[in-house]
Amino acid sequence: MLSLWMVLAAVAILALSGAPAYLLASHSKAGQRISTILMLIGSVVGLLGIARKISGVETPSLQFEWQIPWGQFDVSIDSISVIFLAIVFVAPVLGSIYGLSYWKSSEHPENSRRLGLFFGLLAGSMAMVTIARDGVLFLIAWEAMAISAYFASTVEEDSAEVRRAGYVYLVATHVGTLCLFAMFALWRHSTGSFELSASASSFSITGEMAGAIFILTIIGFGFKAGLMPLHVWLPGAHANAPSHVSAVMSGVMLKMGIYGIVRMTSLLVRPEIWWGSSLLIVGAITGVAGIAFAIGQHDLKRLLAYSSIENIGIIAIGLGLALLGKSQNRPDWVVLGFGAALLHVWNHSLFKSLLFLSAGSIIHAGHTREIDKLGGLAKKMPRLAILFAIGSIAICALPPFNGFASEWLLYIGLFRTLSPDSGVEGLPVIASVSVALAMIGALAVACFVKLFGTVFLGTPRSEATLHAHEPPKSMLLPIALLGAGCAFIGIFPSIVSPALESAAGEWAPSSASKVSISEVAPLRWISIMGGSLICLAGAIALILKALPRASVAIEAGTWDCGYARPAPRMQYTGSSFGGSIVDLFAFILRPEAKKPSIEGAFAKPSSHKSSVPDTVLDKLVLPIFRMAGRYLPALRVMQQGKTQIYVLYILIILIVLLLLETMGA
Amino acid sequence: MTDALNAILVIVLVMNLFVLGTSRILAVINTVATQGALLGVIPLLVHTHLTISVVLTSVAAIVLKGVVIPSIMIRALRDAEIKREVEPLIGLLPSIMLGALATAFALLFAGELPLAGEHQSALLVPTSIASVLVGFIILTSRFKALSQVIGYLVLENGIFIFGMLLIDAMPLLVEMGVLLDLFVGIFVICIIVNHINRAFSSLDTRLLASLKE
Amino acid sequence: MTEKIIHVALLLILPPLLFGVIGKTKAWFAGRVGPPLLQPYYDLIKLARKSMVFSRTTTWVFRAGPVVTLSAALIAGLMVPLGALDSPIAFTGDLILFAYLFGLARFFTTSAALDTGSPFEGMGSAREVTFACLTEPALFLALLVLAKASGSLMLTDLLHGPAEGFSSGMVAPLVLVGIGLFIVLLAETCRIPVDDPNTHLELTMIHEVMVLDHSGPLFGVILYASSIKMFVLGSVLLHVAFPFKTGEVWIDVSLFVLEILFLSILIGTIESVMARLQMRHVPYLLIAATLFCSFGFLLLVR
Repeated sequence: MLSLWMVLAAVAILALSGAPAYLLASHSKAGQRISTILMLIGSVVGLLGIARKISGVETPSLQFEWQIPWGQFDVSIDSISVIFLAIVFVAPVLGSIYGLSYWKSSEHPENSRRLGLFFGLLAGSMAMVTIARDGVLFLIAWEAMAISAYFASTVEEDSAEVRRAGYVYLVATHVGTLCLFAMFALWRHSTGSFELSASASSFSITGEMAGAIFILTIIGFGFKAGLMPLHVWLPGAHANAPSHVSAVMSGVMLKMGIYGIVRMTSLLVRPEIWWGSSLLIVGAITGVAGIAFAIGQHDLKRLLAYSSIENIGIIAIGLGLALLGKSQNRPDWVVLGFGAALLHVWNHSLFKSLLFLSAGSIIHAGHTREIDKLGGLAKKMPRLAILFAIGSIAICALPPFNGFASEWLLYIGLFRTLSPDSGVEGLPVIASVSVALAMIGALAVACFVKLFGTVFLGTPRSEATLHAHEPPKSMLLPIALLGAGCAFIGIFPSIVSPALESAAGEWAPSSASKVSISEVAPLRWISIMGGSLICLAGAIALILKALPRASVAIEAGTWDCGYARPAPRMQYTGSSFGGSIVDLFAFILRPEAKKPSIEGAFAKPSSHKSSVPDTVLDKLVLPIFRMAGRYLPALRVMQQGKTQIYVLYILIILIVLLLLETMGA
Repeated sequence: MTDALNAILVIVLVMNLFVLGTSRILAVINTVATQGALLGVIPLLVHTHLTISVVLTSVAAIVLKGVVIPSIMIRALRDAEIKREVEPLIGLLPSIMLGALATAFALLFAGELPLAGEHQSALLVPTSIASVLVGFIILTSRFKALSQVIGYLVLENGIFIFGMLLIDAMPLLVEMGVLLDLFVGIFVICIIVNHINRAFSSLDTRLLASLKE
Repeated sequence: MTEKIIHVALLLILPPLLFGVIGKTKAWFAGRVGPPLLQPYYDLIKLARKSMVFSRTTTWVFRAGPVVTLSAALIAGLMVPLGALDSPIAFTGDLILFAYLFGLARFFTTSAALDTGSPFEGMGSAREVTFACLTEPALFLALLVLAKASGSLMLTDLLHGPAEGFSSGMVAPLVLVGIGLFIVLLAETCRIPVDDPNTHLELTMIHEVMVLDHSGPLFGVILYASSIKMFVLGSVLLHVAFPFKTGEVWIDVSLFVLEILFLSILIGTIESVMARLQMRHVPYLLIAATLFCSFGFLLLVR
């Protein structure tokens, strides 16, 4: 019980952490520090709370009536909440520490208090989302999260781009919330209450009703998580928010969408086979398309945002596999798919926060988000370069970092669909999703080599980075902590497997408890192989050092293939690096390019421009909105401004309803 | 026996895609020649006991499809002085994709057909359907007269494979007749190719449309 | 234990010989005498004794590239059974690690190339990552087919196949997968028709252009690592192409050595009789490899 109170206290502290700053002057450092210290206290209390929950056996819960119509105040922590609470209590506080130097109140007196307030509120409401067990309470927390993310991400609202991204976000998140309203209405209709717990009445939801709830869940939460094609708000909002806000939005807030899907699917006990298969397909499309779009981006943070979409796709594949396992009665698929999905939730929140925070430092140093204007930063920011490399390797799911551990579980799960086990047939067609996953892996390598290589390696491509220097310690420390987390989970993934197993047991009580992760996927081998890889690389480096003339290192210019005057601008840019892949995927990316035209014997100066806009947003959603703006005003005829006419409308509707009722009878 | 047969048939499938994905006509002719020669081996494998007719079919197929027809075509190619199918109606990659779709369809579709037990495990039916479909794809998407001949040959190879199912029922004479027809047909087309080339200074069959008046 | 020692010894010693055999084959086709079979070893020894030249642009990434590549290749080599020998390291799911180790190597090779800031090396690494996007699906489809056929997720069991041998329906999928894997091998080891290791024009290269700036021992490490990569991928292919074993260790080992040398002769022959594909046509070949492997998968699961 104490654990629950601790988490509730943490929610309150986090949510209010930004408030004291309003008592102080807008440019005062102290206010910002107080917020950060409060965030730190809140997170530590929360982490202690979940540690207490893990060491205990009971599932603490708390209910009391309240004055708000419908529902009650009903909170509880189970193993699934623990997984998501853990990231809520890690990433935001690191972001807040980072913000001390990144968004100094002395430099941004006009909005640093507002940012602090909503940053804290965002963290607090996300924690609340994961413990709410009542539909109404859940929606209140959900809405608080959505709104505070809006206010936190649009602090620079004097820029038109930021405002546009903010509007798109608001529309998208509310369309999602509308679906959630419908979903909870159906839920109440079939169970009789808003209570979000597996009870006798929730077991009775089957057939079409369960299918409808599932579809609304996927759409409603898919908007938040960023499943394609519901991701439209994501790139803009992430690119235009302050970097530590982007880190929290991408690292934690997207996962709340995943949490919603996980929670609802745990309550719908009898999934059908098409649920899992459709989620697998959506996940595969989201993953491949997300990373392909990422490669086409020129904006550092848009690229990272698209890569978040890709990772959400991977998580969705894991959940799809787990759902299939639940419906086909294959505990091994459940444990591997669900474990992989949740581990990837953790991993992604670690390395994506790392990358977004590093992106913030790069932008701080170079004053630009254009990848092609950066370059050679590894010489100026060597520590950040190492941390960024760790994040990049981890996000490409390469050994020995954490991304590999979760994808490895997922691969084994998918490969296990090939063959029957414990008397249940396999579903070999499902295994082909692993091919999409392999493609995602290869594309991710391309994407992050492009990013790391263009930003940190080579020579500076513009004046922008000439005065860059290592970020201050308060910015570097959070990034280093996240990097350490990536390395730790990468080498010792078996430490987290009990948490994953118990969450899987909570999610699918009937099947998951039969199999443990280590039975089907020997995680300790990941530790052994990761360790030996590092040792072997070290040994080879030592042997090389010991060679007779290895110490004689001659410095020279880069080999220029015979051209006498190589210049930084001749380097391969990020756009040219990704160009060939963009061409391969042109059928979904629809790249736009303005090619230079060369006329006459003495060609005039010309320019080349290329971009990969968001196909769904620019080619589908916005045209529909424009159409609506053009044709729907015709309906304004109905709006006459005369009370009599409105009463007439009511009368007409009343008569129509009465007629319908009599005809129905 | 089925193992060797399936191995050959699978290679035939691979060659189909190669034919679709290459613009160099000489390479395509060589591929189709190898394909024909490989197919010639099939009668020997399908039959447990060798009869004169089987051996004759096999030898005739290998000689005609593997040697004679290709050499006539190569000669026509040399006379016409073209090397590539430059502008096919659909690009190389889309036509590979179409061919792949056709092959996948054939593989899945043949699984659904009510076939006699001994034909279930062998890939005879799907390969034959796939080759026929690929032949049609080439015939409809390429314009050079020689490419059309190649499409025709691939199509015929598909029919030949299908004939293997019936080899016991079908008299040798019919099989020989088909081969002869094929040979004469190609012989004539290759002569025509020369004439088209001389008359239009191109091998583009679209130009033949101007003959309609 | 003997088997493990033999495995490690083969893995460490044999790979450069493959390059020697390929060189000799090409020389034979061209009517030349060619360099001696052991030339790659002499090259490695020579490079080890040299000093290194570093571009002023480069950082630690440039030095880490070859080192990580070699260690990834070596560890991958420890997980693949050579001929009838079981691999020294085997665990469920090692096939994924196997594939991802090459991903790690690719990350570092291409980053090291970008570290020089040379446009040519950037071009090479862009090509490398692009083509990898097409070979990776083919490789995984092949692994899927083999996993389905053998019912195991351990490379050793997977490549050795079921104890009673592959069932008869497996031949067609295995042939398709074999062809697909051969194309993957040619692409991943940068041979003709995907890449020409001997061309002299930087604009047309993939792998060689990425390592232009590496010199001395580091360049030796790169050569050694790429020979190991060919050896490892080659021995995967051999399991599909020649799934025979006698059960007698020494006979099997010599059989394996003969097979892998035959494979290098085959690669040398292809290099001698074929031209490199146009760069824009390479994806067709790789897509075809993916298609072949997916036909194999389709045949298995239909």
